[in-house]
Amino acid sequence: MQVPILKQRHYLIASIQGALTDADLLRLCDDLLEQVGKFRSQGVVIDVTVLDVMDSFATRTLRSISQMLKLRGAGTVIVGIQPDVAFAMIQLGLRLEGAVTALDLEEGIAFLDKGKKEGQRTWPVSST
Amino acid sequence: MPNKNRRPSALATATGKEAPDSLLRELVAHFRDNRDPLRRQWLEMMTAKGLLEGLTPGEAETESATIYDTCIDCLDTGTYESAQIYATKMAERGVLRGMTTEQILGGMLTLRDVYGRSLFDRYLSSPARLAAALDAYEPVGNNILAVVALAFIEERERVVRQQQEAIRELSTPVLRVRPGLLILPIIGLIDSQRTRQLTDQLLRAIRAHRAKVVVMDITGVPAVDSKVANHMVQTVDAARLLGATVIVTGVSPEIAQTLVTIGVDLSKMNTVGDLQGGIEEADLLLGYRVIVGEEASAPQEQ
Amino acid sequence: MASEQHIAIASDADIVVARQATRALTVELGFSSSDQAGVATAVSEIARNIVEYAQSGEIVIRVALNGGHRGIVVVARDTGPGIDDVEIAMGDGYTTGRGLGLGLPGARRLMDEFDIVSKVGKGTTVTMKKWVR
Ligand SMILES: Nc1ncnc2c1ncn2[C@@H]1O[C@H](COP(=O)(O)OP(=O)(O)OP(=O)(O)O)[C@@H](O)[C@H]1O
Ligand SMILES: [Mg+2]
Repeated sequence: MQVPILKQRHYLIASIQGALTDADLLRLCDDLLEQVGKFRSQGVVIDVTVLDVMDSFATRTLRSISQMLKLRGAGTVIVGIQPDVAFAMIQLGLRLEGAVTALDLEEGIAFLDKGKKEGQRTWPVSST
Repeated sequence: MPNKNRRPSALATATGKEAPDSLLRELVAHFRDNRDPLRRQWLEMMTAKGLLEGLTPGEAETESATIYDTCIDCLDTGTYESAQIYATKMAERGVLRGMTTEQILGGMLTLRDVYGRSLFDRYLSSPARLAAALDAYEPVGNNILAVVALAFIEERERVVRQQQEAIRELSTPVLRVRPGLLILPIIGLIDSQRTRQLTDQLLRAIRAHRAKVVVMDITGVPAVDSKVANHMVQTVDAARLLGATVIVTGVSPEIAQTLVTIGVDLSKMNTVGDLQGGIEEADLLLGYRVIVGEEASAPQEQ
Repeated sequence: MASEQHIAIASDADIVVARQATRALTVELGFSSSDQAGVATAVSEIARNIVEYAQSGEIVIRVALNGGHRGIVVVARDTGPGIDDVEIAMGDGYTTGRGLGLGLPGARRLMDEFDIVSKVGKGTTVTMKKWVR
């Protein structure tokens, strides 16, 4: 299932619509890298609200996506991780270190806006 | 109830096989025919021993009738299902109304005596028949007692478990202080099971209240072991995955020592000395300005 | 409820199928939502290991009964290269691929029972159980 990517102001929003295969995730990575360059986007929000499982591959891929996008100049926020999914991830040992997370799309965009205004990331503090 | 099927089977088979059917029929008929006088006698004995306290006469009447008949059924059929079902219900009611174990077991013991004595009276003239009748009756009487006792113990345990759960929940409330800020005061010893519950509760609260910062205050926690410490770190990490920052406050010197000794990476944890400091830090993160000396802090909108 | 489901695993799409079948069975069995996510995640990990290291294999899921307790049994079998030292492979962070080495130890943490048998050149079988609480 392909992930639709919407352009909203100077941001890109990728909202996952259903279960993803590994190939779908890798494709999302390629698509985002390409479109960030094309639209010169300053930030990306990846909405994972519908995912009921985030295993090691998904986590690793999302983390690399956000690192690569950062190198391309776009801050990335992963939003909508469900409580049950978060709990399973933690037990598995996945912390998604190096990626920024937020509660939902609205918070994700608020984070990007704030970073843009202040020229730096101030929120959430624990994301390093 | 998990133990419903655990019937005292050794005794059950003993009665079924060895007592001649005709004798069993005779006993059942005897107890049914003398239902009224025997039950009267039983009630009087219980009243004398103070075992019916807390029951209205009407309740004593219906309960005793049902118990009497259920016991005869067991003798008749050699099975204890009806006794188990009734005992479980009785236990639920009894425990709810604060009836004591003495009352219930005392009542059942008295009934056993009533049945036993009536057999003595009936077979007094023929010791051989009396022996056979007692052989047939006693195991059934014992089984019924076991069933009732078990039902009561299970019910007690169930109630205790329920109360413990309730206390657990109560002892870890998630408080919403202002928009975006939750406080999680942890009091008492925490084990792995409780940390699990706590994490679950916290994660759901973060979503429900759209919290951005959580102050987890562990002033009330006397000690942690490495397992619990790791769970605490997991809780903090899980909250972050949802997009919330956790500030840990009230780490006692003992706990600080434990955490360092077992190698918990504290640099990844946000710690502030006390709860007050933690809330101030949280307000900074949330963009509230803390104005010293004034009662309210206003949100700083942009 | 089908007594046993066999899911052939040969590609990344099959991992999704295994995960979804597992999720459906855990829902039917009445697992808490957090355990549903945990079991599905564990299945995802061992299914991915099959695709990654053995190319193909199968996953069998069925209901487990033990006295009054119900649960789910997951068996993952392949006839791939096998694992040289299972004990080392079960450790956090051990990988011969590009992963984080968290799949096997993580799955063990997520489940109640975990057993792995592997023979070099013959294949690997992972059996895991989780009980409804
Ligand atoms: N089915 C299998 N067949 C052969 N080798 C396996 C199999 N499953 C696991 N292994 C071996 O065990 C190692 C550890 O597996 P594990 O799933 O824990 O980590 P990983 O797959 O390397 O990384 P991750 O799962 O975190 O992405 C693998 O690197 C691989 O060498
Ligand atoms: Mg793996």
